[in-house]
Amino acid sequence: MGATFDLWKLIKTVLFYTAVVFIVVVSVFPFYYAILTSFKQGTDIFRISYWPTSFSLENYQAVFSQGSFPRNLLNSVFVASVTVILALFLAVTAAFALSRVRFRGRGFLLMVILAVSMFPQIAVLSGLFELIRALGIYNTPWALIFSYTIFTLPFTVWVLTTFMRDLPIEIEEAAIVDGATPWVIITRVFMPLMWPALVTTGLLAFIGAWNEFLFALTFTSSNDTRTVPVAIALLSGGSQYEVPWGIIMAASVIVTVPLVILVLIFQRKIVSGLTAGGVKG
Amino acid sequence: MASIELRNIRKAFGVVEVIKGVDLTVRKGEFMVFVGPSGCGKSTLLRLISGLEDITSGEMLFDGKVVNSLAPSKRGIAMVFQSYALYPHMTVYENMAFGLTLEKGHDKEEIRQRVEKAADMLQIRQYLDRLPKQLSGGQRQRVAIGRAITRDPKVFLFDEPLSNLDAALRVATRIEIAKLHESMDNVTMVYVTHDQVEAMTLADRICVLRDGLVEQVGTPMELYETPNSVFVAGFIGSPKMNFISGDKAKPFNAETVGIRGEHINIVPSGGTWSGTVIHTENLGADSYVYLEMGTEEPVVVRLEGANSYRSGDTVHISPMDGKVHRFDGAGKPIL
Repeated sequence: MGATFDLWKLIKTVLFYTAVVFIVVVSVFPFYYAILTSFKQGTDIFRISYWPTSFSLENYQAVFSQGSFPRNLLNSVFVASVTVILALFLAVTAAFALSRVRFRGRGFLLMVILAVSMFPQIAVLSGLFELIRALGIYNTPWALIFSYTIFTLPFTVWVLTTFMRDLPIEIEEAAIVDGATPWVIITRVFMPLMWPALVTTGLLAFIGAWNEFLFALTFTSSNDTRTVPVAIALLSGGSQYEVPWGIIMAASVIVTVPLVILVLIFQRKIVSGLTAGGVKG
Repeated sequence: MASIELRNIRKAFGVVEVIKGVDLTVRKGEFMVFVGPSGCGKSTLLRLISGLEDITSGEMLFDGKVVNSLAPSKRGIAMVFQSYALYPHMTVYENMAFGLTLEKGHDKEEIRQRVEKAADMLQIRQYLDRLPKQLSGGQRQRVAIGRAITRDPKVFLFDEPLSNLDAALRVATRIEIAKLHESMDNVTMVYVTHDQVEAMTLADRICVLRDGLVEQVGTPMELYETPNSVFVAGFIGSPKMNFISGDKAKPFNAETVGIRGEHINIVPSGGTWSGTVIHTENLGADSYVYLEMGTEEPVVVRLEGANSYRSGDTVHISPMDGKVHRFDGAGKPIL
């Protein structure tokens, strides 16, 4: 009796860890293979191997020496950072109004904001293009900042609104009695309490802006204004018929590093931010 | 120092009228307690005085000046909330100094002195560097009171400040608030509670509210001795006043007779009423005997010292002379 019980327990354990290994392999393999390929060279790339066989940094040197990749990297940093700052500023102030100021049509407005975010990028592409041409910011980083902010705001506003709604009303009232203006309440009382939510939404906005491709391709035309995703896609090899996989992989790895660093820095805050938002609604 | 005058104040949330025309004067330096059952509008009335809610109609005057549309911070008030409402990310010192840092014309040194003076008054000086989460409930409430003192207000508003504390702390903090009132005799205080013991012990005058209207205003002893309705008579005093109506009240020429437990004598025989003991409570210094005698609720008799009555005993009782409250059919006293 005891033996069969132990066997059953063993089978369950084995099945459980098989499932774990399967999930880990499936989710990690693409990244592993990209890193592996980035260290390969020449025709080695087309020989399939799952373990590192050779090691060379040539691809990484090529990325930085060739074309305007460093410039593209800076563009990406600039565009993503400004987008985050702009989106958070607008979203925090909007969230204060939507969660704390009673006005007619507040629920409707929240629904509209949510509805706007349901449109696929491609649907608004031509309209947005006209707008950007009219504003005279075509082929500048501002075109991307403008469009990314528009697409990030609905999500950011929603998350921050629900988070702010859960902050105790008495704290705000105490601040009002203390003589705080709405701006002081937002910056000195609410923002410090909202760090987890700000970090989480800010990071998601940053990742979104960092990886975005379609707008970046459409709203820029010269090498010097492109962001990294487009630059990687347009990397060209020695001839028209050669796709420089090694360099592409190296560039991709380089592009991922800043995100990994950001996530590691804010890891603790993200976790608490996600649960705080999740539990409180 | 400020007197507060309310003239026919009304407050409606949508179609629901919560305050239905309140006229009231709070005198300078007075400790006024709003008391009443939940939903009577006492907290709303306090929030109207604070300016956190807008008045629907009527006039609110501070020292004879209309303040209807004045922002809370311009009214010279400070408020202590039920949930403390401390800023969680600020230290105790920052919490207490926050209001002053927002006002122009206070230099750092002055702010520090005022915060430390308030902290000394409440004995929280050793906690100034801590965050609210590192304090107990009683300490937090003291910080909240300290934050209010630091602002040096003309009017102090308390919104059920003791209801989140446990019984022992509640008594201790109540005494502290009473001492505070004595030491700040030029500050007008308005205090909201549903606990009539807090009202009786703290108030200079009590305002009993019911359904958005003032039922009676008076000193604690006035309310205790001459309540002007069955409602006030039943609300003030512990244990609750006994009400005897119908035939048993006829000899007194009233619809309802109210008599407090401490104003009933147990007599050997031939008393005004008689009843059966259903329960006794011995509290040491005094004891309560619950009698079943056909009234809605059992009649409570309060006796000094312990007693030896047992359930099932038949007891004769008589009210003390001059301690009977007589009410007519509308619940109003017959004088």
